[in-house]
Amino acid sequence: MEVIKIKGTDDTPTVILDKENGIFEISGRSLPEDVTTFYEPILSWLDDYQEEANAKTVFSFKLVYFNTASSKLILDILMKLEDMHENGKEILIKWFFPEDDEDMQEAGEEYADIVDVPFEQVSYNL
Amino acid sequence: MDKSNVKGFLEFVYDFYRSMKAHEITLVYEGEITHQITKAFTSLTESNMAKESESNSVQKKVFHVMVECLQNISKHADSFGSDDFLFAGRGIFMVSKGKNDYHVTTGNVIENDKIEELTEMLDHINSLDKDGLKDLYKNQMKEGRLSEKGGAGLGFIDIARKTSNKLDYHFLPIDEGSSFFLLTSSISRIA
Repeated sequence: MEVIKIKGTDDTPTVILDKENGIFEISGRSLPEDVTTFYEPILSWLDDYQEEANAKTVFSFKLVYFNTASSKLILDILMKLEDMHENGKEILIKWFFPEDDEDMQEAGEEYADIVDVPFEQVSYNL
Repeated sequence: MDKSNVKGFLEFVYDFYRSMKAHEITLVYEGEITHQITKAFTSLTESNMAKESESNSVQKKVFHVMVECLQNISKHADSFGSDDFLFAGRGIFMVSKGKNDYHVTTGNVIENDKIEELTEMLDHINSLDKDGLKDLYKNQMKEGRLSEKGGAGLGFIDIARKTSNKLDYHFLPIDEGSSFFLLTSSISRIA
């Protein structure tokens, strides 16, 4: 599968989706001008990946900020991972948040409530 | 401009300046709200707050509220038939900093037939406590669809959650068909 590597900017996150090396990561800030256009290739990559997923997928979110429009697309990503989990693949979501950022921690908890997939919260020092 | 007009204009500028100072306005803009404007205003305000050693959590809240308010205008400010270049995606945007709070105020023209729906939504948000807002946000994320313009219907809920304050809104009638919608969000500077 092709590798998706998008370098982050001040309004779009860094994205790495690399099946061969088992790296699945979205990090940084997300308030793209057009959320749908930005996230579309990521969602369709995941659709393809779903067909031939690795036995185990650890998907990391390490966001410092996302706007409400992005929050909806992040849920769409999580729901695709939930589908894979339901289809018997081993999935782990790692939700990283800066240790003093309660809002980002809470956002992770909320996603964990919504989707039925193993979810790990990890705090880190900025 | 003739002499009296020049004088009138200068007085207006000075009054405008004094009135900005009196209301502790740190940023005011009228016009089209684009993505570039959103980025410029948020980064300007961020660097001002950092210079003034505002706490991280206040900085983040102000940033969140600014982005959602600006995107509300760019996505929802109404266009009216042939005049649409006049109003679409345009509005007034203000940030003021008081001793205890930051205030983010937006104003834009909306069609009167949207007032009822908007009022209902805002009153519903204002009636909810912290947990109620959390449930509403989660529900809206699950059930809501992205609009054509990329709105997720989550902005007002997010503002209410981030500020822990009620949404302060008003409609000022313009004419039979339209009104000016004003929304002020307050972010406490005291932890």
